[in-house]
Order: sequence, then C-alpha cells, then structure tokens
Amino acid sequence: MTAHTFAHLSNDLVYSAMATLTLALLAFSAELAFGDRGRVARTSRRTVHRVPVAVGAGGAPVDVDTPDVAELPEGDLPESTRAAKLGGIGFSLTVLSFVLLLAAVVFRGLAAGRAPWGNMYEFSLASALVVTGAYVIAVWRRPVLRLLGVFIVVPVLLTLGLAVTVLYVDAGPLVPALKSYWLVIHVAAAIISGGIFTLGGAVTVLYLLQERWERRGLSNSLSRRLPESEQLDRTAYRLFAFVFPLWTFAIVAGAIWAENAWGRYWGWDPKETWAFVTWVVFAGYLHARATAGWKGRRAAMIALLGLSAFIFNYFGVNIFFTGLHSYGGLPNK
Amino acid sequence: MTVNPPLSETPEDEDLLLESTTLSTQPAAVQPPSGLGLRSLLRWAWRQLTSMRTALLLLFLLALAAVPGSLLPQQGNAPADVADWISRHGALGRLFERLSLFHVYSSPWFAAVYLLLFVSLIGCVVPRTRLHWRALRSRPPAAPRHLSRLPVTRSFTTTATPQEVLDAAHRSLRRRRFRVDRLAGSVGAEKGYLRETGNLVFHLALVVLLVGVAIGALYGTRGSAIVVEGSGFANTVTRYDSFSAGPLADPQRLDPFSFTLDKFSATYQQGGKQNGAPRSFTADVTVQDSPTATPRSQVLQVNEPLVVGGTKVFLVGHGYAPVVTVRDGEGRVVFSDAVPFLPRDAMFTSTGVIKAPDARPTQLGFQGIFLPTASIDPIRGPLSTFPAANDPALFLSLWKGDLGLDTGAAQSVYRLDVSRMTRVGLEAMRPGESWTLPDGLGTITFDGIRQYAALSIAQDPGKGIALGSVVVAIAGLLLSLFVPRRRVWVRATADDEGTILVEIGGLARTEAGGLEAEVDALRSDLPDEAAPGAREPIEEYR
Ligand code: HEM
Repeated sequence: MTAHTFAHLSNDLVYSAMATLTLALLAFSAELAFGDRGRVARTSRRTVHRVPVAVGAGGAPVDVDTPDVAELPEGDLPESTRAAKLGGIGFSLTVLSFVLLLAAVVFRGLAAGRAPWGNMYEFSLASALVVTGAYVIAVWRRPVLRLLGVFIVVPVLLTLGLAVTVLYVDAGPLVPALKSYWLVIHVAAAIISGGIFTLGGAVTVLYLLQERWERRGLSNSLSRRLPESEQLDRTAYRLFAFVFPLWTFAIVAGAIWAENAWGRYWGWDPKETWAFVTWVVFAGYLHARATAGWKGRRAAMIALLGLSAFIFNYFGVNIFFTGLHSYGGLPNK
Repeated sequence: MTVNPPLSETPEDEDLLLESTTLSTQPAAVQPPSGLGLRSLLRWAWRQLTSMRTALLLLFLLALAAVPGSLLPQQGNAPADVADWISRHGALGRLFERLSLFHVYSSPWFAAVYLLLFVSLIGCVVPRTRLHWRALRSRPPAAPRHLSRLPVTRSFTTTATPQEVLDAAHRSLRRRRFRVDRLAGSVGAEKGYLRETGNLVFHLALVVLLVGVAIGALYGTRGSAIVVEGSGFANTVTRYDSFSAGPLADPQRLDPFSFTLDKFSATYQQGGKQNGAPRSFTADVTVQDSPTATPRSQVLQVNEPLVVGGTKVFLVGHGYAPVVTVRDGEGRVVFSDAVPFLPRDAMFTSTGVIKAPDARPTQLGFQGIFLPTASIDPIRGPLSTFPAANDPALFLSLWKGDLGLDTGAAQSVYRLDVSRMTRVGLEAMRPGESWTLPDGLGTITFDGIRQYAALSIAQDPGKGIALGSVVVAIAGLLLSLFVPRRRVWVRATADDEGTILVEIGGLARTEAGGLEAEVDALRSDLPDEAAPGAREPIEEYR
C-alpha cells in the first residue's frame, strides 16, 4: 500500500468514527432522557413489588428491587433497566469509535511517515483518540462513569467536526522547525493531558450538578444513577492531580524544544502564555482544595476555569493569533 | 463488650481532627490581629501575606495578569505590530502604552504580582520546612484517646496477649515501611513524610527557577545576524544586525568564535495543498571556536543549533541575496556585492535596496523585487510562485539624487530615503544580464544569486539552573501528589473479664485512597488467638 492509500484510509476511518460516535451520542442522550420512563414502565409492570419509599424531598415511590445506585458498591449499575441498556449500547459504540480512531491515527502516521501529530488536524485527531481512550479506560475501571458519555462524546465530535472541515491538511512531512523529538514528546504529553483535563472537566460538571441536587434535596434520573457528589469530587481530583505533573512536563518539554529551535526557552508567545495560565489556574485548584472556604464547589469552578484556558489555548490561539506556534498548517492570512 | 465513652472534645482530639484533613504543615487560617500595637499589626499582615488564601489570590492574579500580553502585540515579539496598534488606536494606544500593556511581562505590575507571590511562597515555605524538619526527627504522635473516632477503625477481641498483638503490629507496620513507636499498651506509626518533603522541595525549586530566569535576564545576550553564503561571522557586537543584552552582561566579552557559511540549501514541498512549504534547511559552516583554534566543519539545521562555549547559534530563517555590480557614469565600479533581500511571502517574493553613494555624477539608489520563480500577477504585479530559485528574476527601479546618508541619522539598509531623489527607470533582469542606465548614469549587472542564513545568536547563563530546578520541581510534585501520608495506631486493652480488645485506627490525607486496604492488611497480620504455649499475666496491662 502506498502513502496515498494510507491517507485515504485514515480519512475514511475518521468519518466512520464520527458516524459511530453520533450513534453513541443518540444512545447516551436517550439513556438520560428516557431514564425515568424506562424505570416507570418497569415499575408499573410489577406493581406487586412496589412499596412507597420516601426518596429525598420528592418522596416518589420507587421500585424496591431496583437498588439505589448510591448504595451500591462503587461502579455497579442496575443493568436491568432499559435506560441502562441504551447506555450500554452507547458505550459499545464508543469503544468501536475508539478502535476506528486509533486506526485512523495509525494510518495517518504511516501516510506521513512520522508521529501523527504535526499539525492542527492531526493534533485534533489524536486528542479525540485520547479523550475517548481515557473515557473507555475510566469506565472499564469504574463502570458508573459510563454516565459521562454525553459529556465526552459531544466535545470529541465537535473536535473531529472542526478537524475535518476547517483544519484538514493532506498528510505530508513537516516543516523543519517541527522536526524535533522534543516536539514529539511535548505534543504527545500535551495531547494526553488534554484528554485527561477533558475527562476531569466532565466529572467536575457532574459533581457540580450532583452537589446542587443533593443540597436542594432534588432527585432525577441522572442524580439517582450518579455516585454521591463527594465521590465524584474525589474522582475529579484524582484525574487533575494525575494530569498536573504531566502538564508541567509537557510545558517543560515544549520549553526545551523552543530553546533548541529559537534560542530561548520561554518567550511569552500566545501559546506559551495560555499554557502558563492553564498551569497557574490548576496550581490554584490544587491549592484551593487545601484552603479553608475554597474546597468543593469553588475549587470545582476553578478547575473548569483551568479547562477553559486549556481549550482556548487549543482552538483559540491556533486560529486567532499568529505566533511562532501557529503551526496549524492553516493557510497564512 | 465495652461501651464507648461519651465523645468529649479534649484539646488533643481537636488538634487531631484539625490535622486529619491535611496531615501537613500548611499554615492555619489567619486570626484577626490581637491588640492594636504596630508589631501585632505587622505580624498579622505578614501572616496574612503568607496564608493559603493569599497564595490562592496571588496565583489568580498571576494568571489574570498574563492574559493581556497574549491579546495585544508585545514589544519583544512584534515591535512593528506594536507601533501599528498604537497609531491605529490613537489615545487608547497611548494609554495602553503608559500602562505597559505592550511589554506586560517586563512591566512593573506584572513583576509586583510575581514578586509578592514569591515573597509569600518563601514566607510560607521556610516555617513549614522548620516544622517538617522537627516532625522528621520526632516520634509518631501518641495514640488519641478515642481510636474509634478516626476515619478508619477496626476492632476485635482476641485471646492473644496484648504483648503478642502489639509485637505483631510492630512487625507488620515496619514491613509496610511505617516509622513505628512503641508505647505502653499501644503502637503508633506514621509513614509518607516524603509527601511533605516533596511539597517543600517543589515550592523551593520554584524559587530556584525564578533565580535561573533572573540570571538569564540579567546576564544573557541575544542578537541576530544575516550571513550570506561564502561570507563569515565573528562573534562581536558590531557584527550583529540587532543585539540586546541584560543589564549586567558584558557585551565586550562574548565567546570569541567565528564561522563561515560555506553553503546553504533548502528543499520545498512540490505540488499539493502545501506546495512550497519548507521541508529542510541546511547550513554548512566552518567554525573556529577561538581565533587560535583549528577550524572544524559543522552542519547547522533548524532544531540543531551550533554550540560554542555558552553560546548557541540558531538557524531561524533564510533568503536570497542577488549579487550585483554597479558602474557609474565614469565607468568605475562603485558597488559590487551580494545584497540580502527580505522575503515578503511564503514563496519568497523578496524586496531589497541597493545604494551606491560613491557614484558620479550623482548618487544612485535601486529599489528591487527579487523573485526566485518569477511570474507577473495581473493585479499584484511581480510575484514568486515557488520558493526555490527555479526561474529567478530581479525587478529594479532606479533613483538618482541624494541618498541622504550624510545627515548622520542612522538609515536602514533595507529602505531607500527617496525624499531627495527622482525615479528615472525600471527594468526586469535575469541572472547574467546588464542594464545600461538611462541618462548616462552607468550600468548595473545582475551577476548571480546567493542564499543567506538568518541566525539568532543567544547566550543564557541561567538556562541550566532553570532546567535543573524544573526537573527537581517535577520530582517534588510527584512525591507531593502521590506519596500517601498515613498514621495508624493499634491499642490492646483488657476489660474487666480479661478479654483483650484490640482497636486499630487509621488517619490519612483525605485525598489519598488505600488507607482502608492498608488497615485491613494490618488487621489480618494480628493474631486472633494466643500462640500455643504463651501465657502472660494480663493484669499488668490494665
Ligand atoms: C509560585 C507559586 C505557587 C505555586 C505554582 C504552587 C503550586 C502548588 C501545587 C501544584 C501544589 C499541589 C501539591 C500538593 O497538593 O501536594 C501546592 C501545594 C501547596 N502549596 Fe503551593 N504553590 C505556590 C505558592 C504557594 C504559597 C505562596 C504557599 C503558602 C501560603 C503555598 C503553600 C502550599 C501548601 C501548604 C500546599 C500543600 C497543600 C496541601 O496540604 O495539600 N504555595 N502548591
């Protein structure tokens, strides 16, 4: 096979992954939307077992043989509900998308004859792969996190959509400034960090929702299936604590590359500036968790702020600014 | 079975519970100043500055302060854009300039934020280091009165003697790399001191990083130079096209090396969407590390700088330098050299200027456009269609009159001051061609083309310190985030009937998991039954 066929194959795989992800999104959304209906339907079919149990402030009757998720050992979902089945389908489709994306990235690399993250298009592809992969691994370790599905698939689809429409460039070798193994290391670390930041952000959003519901004593189809807010908070922290040193390393590797290419390790180029902002905000997040009065909700908001800075650095800076880093491969304006 | 005594808040328990959320030496929340004296006010202010809350605030300020520098052009990166921005925005531009918004990262207010942050950091870390040092050398704290109130607890009864139980606990905890202290009736153990050590090392390494950055800013030098194929560069300030040095650097004592650019080659993408994108640049140079050193050959590439002593030479760009010879109206050669032209687009449509101040009867100046692969665009005029010199052409317009070089004001070699000149001709030339200038002004010959390398030459003595400090910082950070800090106590007591009750209590940093598993493992190491043959008088332990 020639480089050309590889490139085509890679493109087709990306489109296939987008298709399966769209289906996964439908399944995940249906799971959330119809979660209660599935449960109600089942409940009415077995009225015999129904006993009124006060749940939170709502006091709605619940099916006694559908155990409350919050009381389950971590990671078990009531697989019997129809909603859960939809979720399962969504997850299987996500795993399939992951495999397709993995193949797309590999073939892209073969087509270009180098590490497949040399321009914005490839960077987006690789990020989508990492986010999906991080999600799959997370669910494998803790099945309850499957409920993150929508929050993962939406950003991944947006990223891929942007990649194939705006950012696409043909597979090819790199401009000389990008031929550096420090760059390969730097970008790989940045991509993995991005995946974990996104996952952490998704868990944080769920934490904020769940925390709010708990505080107000509300209960709904999502809140009942999510773990307690405290556990979500801890999971988000673990993700951010894991990614912070990695992100630090990504910045350092980038600085080493910059030193080798331009003779200065730090030049406050917009890309560098926003990497720094992201880093400082997450340092703030880690501090907040140890500062009286800042734990919990406030710390979570800081994490989301840090994630926004990261995302802005990823899309905004590449597209709106010109700097030494605008290597998007986009035509010069 | 014993009944737990009512929960009484002894000071000891309070301390313990306070600590249970952190197990670290982090500063406690600041109380309002007691008394009105200046000293107590100062002490309060200092504690405020070194509090966690202030650190958090300053971190936010730092992030916020860094933002405008990415939204506005900066003097260091794009001086021309700054001038342009100011002239386009009038009063706003001048206001922004006064607020240092065009050199944010060297502005007084940015410095104020990070210096305050670092004062706070030092003020915070030094006392914490002292506390931690003391903790490192002291014994694990004695068991709290009510082990049952710790986050993780286990209890069971056993027929083994307290002695046996505590011995087993001691061994088990030692094996798990706890520091263990044996007291009457109980065992206390702690591990994970490296967590705090790592945290302190991380923060201190940030201070060292700042020192490294400062050394680079104070003692570093950097500059740029254009070197045409076949010519040389000696590392002295006069040879630079632009040069900047830190306030404490000595520009007279640069590394005394020199080199010649023997050959420059570039390759480009042919066809496709990225037609003309560069694929490789190589500069072959002959280097002399010092005037007396033997010359050596080296290849200079993007990402592969030339390193001589503490100085690095980077290839950052390239371009074309048409070689021309100018003869004046009297037939004398008044100019003969390669003239670097600056590229204006990705296809290397380049512009440049040739000045012949010695020409008679009048001084001559040429404005030129060089096209490596020539074509004429119906709207935009002469335009290159590919960056390689496949079909080169030089378009020149001739000016005569006063070049304005005698006024004493510095003039750019890339600009022609035409205020006292008149334009008298226009010509397109191919390599080898000559143009007989109108009005008997002389001739110009386009002898050929050379390439030049645009080099950046930098020397930063703080670099090594900065790199070393971030490596240490990352190591410290990993310890700080991933080493679990735990305390475990085991107590064995006999009740009135002589049954031995064993209680285990564990305490950890809230974030780190795994304490339950550790306590369970410890529990399974403790005996449920007396070892055969062992009989101890139990009374002793009551
Ligand atoms: C340049 C500024 C600073 C940065 C980038 C920074 C960064 C960090 C990071 C990333 C952590 C997380 C490590 C962990 O959780 O163990 C941390 C923890 C910590 N920092 Fe800072 N810090 C800075 C300044 C300060 C200052 C000024 C103080 C003193 C008030 C301080 C006190 C602490 C403490 C006590 C912890 C441990 C928190 C805990 O117990 O979990 N830091 N810092």
